[in-house]
Amino acid sequence: MVECQTKLNGITQTTIGIDVGSTTAKVVVVENEHVIYERYERHFSQVRAKILEMITDISDILANKTLKIAVSGSAGMGLANAAGLPFVQEVFATGETVKLIAPDTSVVIELGGEDAKVIFFKGGTDERMNGSCAGGTGAFIDQMATLLDVTNEEMDALSLLHKRIYPIASRCGVFAKSDIQPLLNQGASKSDIAASIYQAVVNQTIAGLAQGRKIEGKVMFLGGPLYYCKGLRERFAETLKLSEENALFPSYARYSVALGTAIFANKQNRSFTYDELVSSLENATVAKVNRSNLKPLFASKEEYDAFVARHSRATVKTADSASYSGDVYLGIDCGSTTTKLVLMTKEQEILYSYYDSNKGNPVEIIREQLNEIYQKFGDKITIRGSAVTGYGEELIKHAFHVDEGLVETMAHFTAAKHFNPQVDFILDIGGQDIKCFKVRKNSIDSIMLNEACSSGCGSFIETFAKSMGYGTEEFTKKGLFAKAPVDLGTRCTVFMNSSVKQAQKDGATVEDISAGLSMSVVKNAIYKVIRASSADELGEQIVVQGGTFLNDAVLRCFETEIGREVIRPQIAGLMGAYGAALFAQSRSKGSSSLLTKEQLSRFTHTSKAATCNGCGNHCRLTINIFSDNERFISGNQCEKGAGISPKNVETLPNLFAYKRDKLAALPEGDGNLGVIGLPLALGMYELAPLWHGIFTYLGFKVVFSGFSSRSLYIKGQYSIPSDTACYPAKIMHGHMETLIEKDVDAIFYPCLTYNLDEKISDNHYNCPVVAYYPELLSSNMESLQKTIFLYPYLNINNQNELARGLCACLERFLLKIPMPKMKAAVKHGFACYDQWMKDVRNAGKEAIEYAEKHNKRIMVLAGRPYHIDPEISHGIDKLANTLGFVVVSEDSISAFAKPPQTNVLNQWTYHARLYAAAKYAAEHENMEFVQLVSFGCGVDAITTDEVRSILESHNRLYTQIKIDEITNLGAVKIRLRSLLGALSNRDEQ
Amino acid sequence: MTDKTILFTEEMRKTHTILIPTMLPMHFKMISSILNASGYKTELLDNLNSRELTECGLKYVHNDTCYPAILVIGQFINALQSGKYDIDHVALILMQTGGGCRASNYISLLRKALKKAGFEKVPVISLNFTGVENHPGFQLTIPILHRMLYGVLYADLLMLLKNQCLPYEMNKGDSENLAGRLTEELAAELAHTKRLKYKDILKNYLRIIEAFKAVPCKRTNKVKVGIVGEIFVKYSPLGNNNLEKFLIGEGAEVVVPGLLDFCLYCVYNGLVDTKLYGINKLKSGFTKIAYRFLIKKQKDIIKAVKNNSDFTPPGYFDHTRTLVKGYINLGTKMGEGWLLCAEMLELVEMGVKNIVCTQPFGCLPNHIAGKGMMKPIKEKNPDVNIVAIDYDPGATQINQENRIKLMLANVKTSDPLPEKEPAAARS
Repeated sequence: MVECQTKLNGITQTTIGIDVGSTTAKVVVVENEHVIYERYERHFSQVRAKILEMITDISDILANKTLKIAVSGSAGMGLANAAGLPFVQEVFATGETVKLIAPDTSVVIELGGEDAKVIFFKGGTDERMNGSCAGGTGAFIDQMATLLDVTNEEMDALSLLHKRIYPIASRCGVFAKSDIQPLLNQGASKSDIAASIYQAVVNQTIAGLAQGRKIEGKVMFLGGPLYYCKGLRERFAETLKLSEENALFPSYARYSVALGTAIFANKQNRSFTYDELVSSLENATVAKVNRSNLKPLFASKEEYDAFVARHSRATVKTADSASYSGDVYLGIDCGSTTTKLVLMTKEQEILYSYYDSNKGNPVEIIREQLNEIYQKFGDKITIRGSAVTGYGEELIKHAFHVDEGLVETMAHFTAAKHFNPQVDFILDIGGQDIKCFKVRKNSIDSIMLNEACSSGCGSFIETFAKSMGYGTEEFTKKGLFAKAPVDLGTRCTVFMNSSVKQAQKDGATVEDISAGLSMSVVKNAIYKVIRASSADELGEQIVVQGGTFLNDAVLRCFETEIGREVIRPQIAGLMGAYGAALFAQSRSKGSSSLLTKEQLSRFTHTSKAATCNGCGNHCRLTINIFSDNERFISGNQCEKGAGISPKNVETLPNLFAYKRDKLAALPEGDGNLGVIGLPLALGMYELAPLWHGIFTYLGFKVVFSGFSSRSLYIKGQYSIPSDTACYPAKIMHGHMETLIEKDVDAIFYPCLTYNLDEKISDNHYNCPVVAYYPELLSSNMESLQKTIFLYPYLNINNQNELARGLCACLERFLLKIPMPKMKAAVKHGFACYDQWMKDVRNAGKEAIEYAEKHNKRIMVLAGRPYHIDPEISHGIDKLANTLGFVVVSEDSISAFAKPPQTNVLNQWTYHARLYAAAKYAAEHENMEFVQLVSFGCGVDAITTDEVRSILESHNRLYTQIKIDEITNLGAVKIRLRSLLGALSNRDEQ
Repeated sequence: MTDKTILFTEEMRKTHTILIPTMLPMHFKMISSILNASGYKTELLDNLNSRELTECGLKYVHNDTCYPAILVIGQFINALQSGKYDIDHVALILMQTGGGCRASNYISLLRKALKKAGFEKVPVISLNFTGVENHPGFQLTIPILHRMLYGVLYADLLMLLKNQCLPYEMNKGDSENLAGRLTEELAAELAHTKRLKYKDILKNYLRIIEAFKAVPCKRTNKVKVGIVGEIFVKYSPLGNNNLEKFLIGEGAEVVVPGLLDFCLYCVYNGLVDTKLYGINKLKSGFTKIAYRFLIKKQKDIIKAVKNNSDFTPPGYFDHTRTLVKGYINLGTKMGEGWLLCAEMLELVEMGVKNIVCTQPFGCLPNHIAGKGMMKPIKEKNPDVNIVAIDYDPGATQINQENRIKLMLANVKTSDPLPEKEPAAARS
């Protein structure tokens, strides 16, 4: 019985359609207008062999017939070329199928292993594929299932039981992981997470591919993932508000491309006999292209043995677990994907250790392990202290009453010092993140973490191993003696998938790919995270650690790449836990508060979801409840959500909040000329007082769209044409929708090639996105036709010119305003703006004075004016406050410093402020500079290096935080706490 | 530019070889010859292994910088590291527009990279017309500029005609060889003729046209595919994984707008600035003269092609710029700005309905002028078939090609289906 219960008019001759996607191969055979055979299998990158096998297996059906055949799919292209078979592009093939079988379909959404496609049929056929940067596909779902430690089927079943949806980024697996991991660690339920993952896929598909066209009418869902995942289908139908008869899930969902390929094949003139077909497949050797290869990792077995012997010397003594009795210290590293635990004697020998995946439930694993320890050692040992580090630090600390918590970087540093007191550089590659830092004068200096995009760590190798059908260890070992490792470059996982695909097409072996991936991880760390150009920049005494370095191939690649021998402790994977144990020992007060054996036996843990209503942010909380009714709340962006009354928290000056309050307080005015809407995004954050001043003076009522929120973003998401633009720009669509809902007479957001000239830079441009985004809005948002959208090109550096430009624009679209009146309005507007900036600078000055008086540290949280939006900076300013920082913005202090001479062309107004503020901060010991960078901001690729060099030339720390649609505050917290740790370390000396 | 910037001095003119990066081979060959005849020593870089250059670039440039910067800087440093050049007697040259796109900062990034690689003493010349930087030893005098302009015009014409012959030529390699030979000859002529005579220039246009007319071709119906986009990845085979070659292999004829349009766009933007913002009023008189001069030069070429052959001439810039009305304002002037949209519309008007829009991954101006304009262009011209392709150190050819194949598969049935060439011929 075949799945494809459908009639294919016009195909009488025996016709074969082959679809080879990135992960699976599909074959259909059509005869007398019906599918007589179908097969769907993973090909594990053995494309030619798999297809040949699939064909020869059905020789009984095919023999002695004249066959028509065509091939499709991203992995089929090479095969078709080599075997001389007709090829058809896969999206086109799907189109053929739908046009023939279900011609009343309006839209097709097809998800494949690595591709997502949308085809619009009604109102002009339009076929689209995801661009080069896009997750949200089958491979992404696979990765997520691995992360949750469930099969795809289990994940689907779980998702159907969900109660709530969490926001999860789906741009690529790496982003999503950093959202999911904290959720797991905080105890969110797997069914909620599973459904949220599907929702992320839905959002990604709509945002990335709809590009302004509404998905409506009869929508057909095709491709493997949509065939298998009921939960995913449910998410799509619900999000697109499709009725049952309009959401089509045909029986041939998995074979739509193969069927279309058959339809295409039927139109070809060429026919084959069975023998011809088999022989052309057999002879189809995919030509070896001159791909670039790397040197083998080891020239000989002897070289490898010497390497292994050298590294086996870096070891920690282990105590005999059967005979030892006495004091012990417990260190726990609750990492993002793995949980590590070390029980250490007072001689700092390891008595017991544990290292494994946390299987999405670290609490349960720690409970088991503590039980195990109590069982195994009983009364022979006394726990004198305990400490926990890692992502799950707070959760575990609360759950088990662990004595101390410390930030990961400090834990790793403590452990590394044990191996090499002279250590000056530590690189840790874990399952999920790369951390590295320099050590200067016995204190942590310049910490670098992988930003969401440059990841490529342990779990990355794991996922690839799995997709090729190997275990991680087996897979990486294969690379050790690869003859010609593939050069895969350095990029995020999605790109890497394609590089691997290309390498396979070019005939690379699994060994070569394995070695190539190890090299990529290393290159990623050196060139993308550390951004070093030579080994000397790293340091002389290098310690590497983290689970990924247990893998000899990665270690070897690292040593080769930097041309220096490094120390890899045998316990590379346990360093965080070992460091925590050392820390527990140093802080021990003689007894530990850790749950006792009895308390542990009564231990329970439940979690539930809630929403915080403490402020407009509405953080989604997870409330963990343990036995003895201890509660731990996570997901909160500020202390309010954690159940602490705001009165108990000292309110420190915060310029972000100050500016937000000031914006929110702008009165609408009671003008009767009409209502002007101002979208509060991008450049409006800077110039709101100017435009507000001008329009209220003229007699308009002025309405703002308000601060952004996630739901505001979703509202405008469907009309975003370029998904790789920065979040502050993309959120603009939601602001426009909001203003349209508010029924304003006109929306005003001008195009400004030039920003205000503050005389501190070579030029005073806006970045291209800020300058011209209105053009994009006007071209892509159909809903703007409901109102008047004013986006004149204006010169704001000349009041007369500005008045002239505004007059012309208003006269054309709204009403005529006499030039003298406009001039007066402009003058008034600038007075408002000047006063505003004066206020901001005064507030900055006061904040600095407050800090000095109360001996507080100041954080210069620097970015663009629009980074104060609570949805864009995700409450980082509040987080800094809770960590004890007074927060000032770049524009509040940039005027206090003489502008520095820069090594780059100082061409943009906002960025000139960054440089000036960096210089000012560098010259003041109590100030720390933290730069916020929006993902996708091309301009900041230039400014970040320059700001760093300004600070480092004054011997100061530089911290950069990348922010995007969804930013995991946990990672930000690690960064800021590490910064604090480094600072207090410096102070102590 | 800081006080520490190494300037290209008068003395260096005699002692230093100026290295020119790869972008438009024919155009740059002309420019190089002219400079060499004017007292400079220049050399076009010939290290072209894009993989190697990218690797090198990634080492020395911030990895989130756009692909062209990574490639060009990679090419320079790779060349300096090759040992082929005497580091004490070599200088580099890079174009700098001084606009609001980050490309204006490539030169600073190059200097930073040079420092990192230990070549901080190597001077970098900014080739600009806005006065962002000045180098005492490198002055583009009127005679040099005049010759360069004709170099660009010749090369544009060569490119135009080569593209119209190559897919149809009967003897493989004819068009390419002819273009190469003419480039050599015309470059030498431009460089060494004492006084350029307008009459001779016009004669040369004819000479080019006649030469291409003589290429034996078999005119079949082929799909025309236009290439537009960010200037570097649009033109440089290094930047776009040999896009032209791929398209020709897929049975298409490639249509690429010339460099003169970009020059005209830059000049015209000065006039727009005055109109929109009331700035640079003094300069605008000169700008107008320059603009009219260039327009006239373009007309000469169009006329020559029209009157003497069946080749399709380029569009009139004065007309092209009006096409964007109702799409995008002429004030959008960063990167390729409104020109990108105008070129797509020009192609559509010429009947080239299939377009590849190329840009480096994350190109800021193209979010707006490229991808942002596709919806209205497709709405108002339903038969248009555009695909946006991103180029990036990590983007793979297979992905890019698959998307282009989708575009080709969608070639409207009214157009002839592309005749695919056998796979063997494409390696």
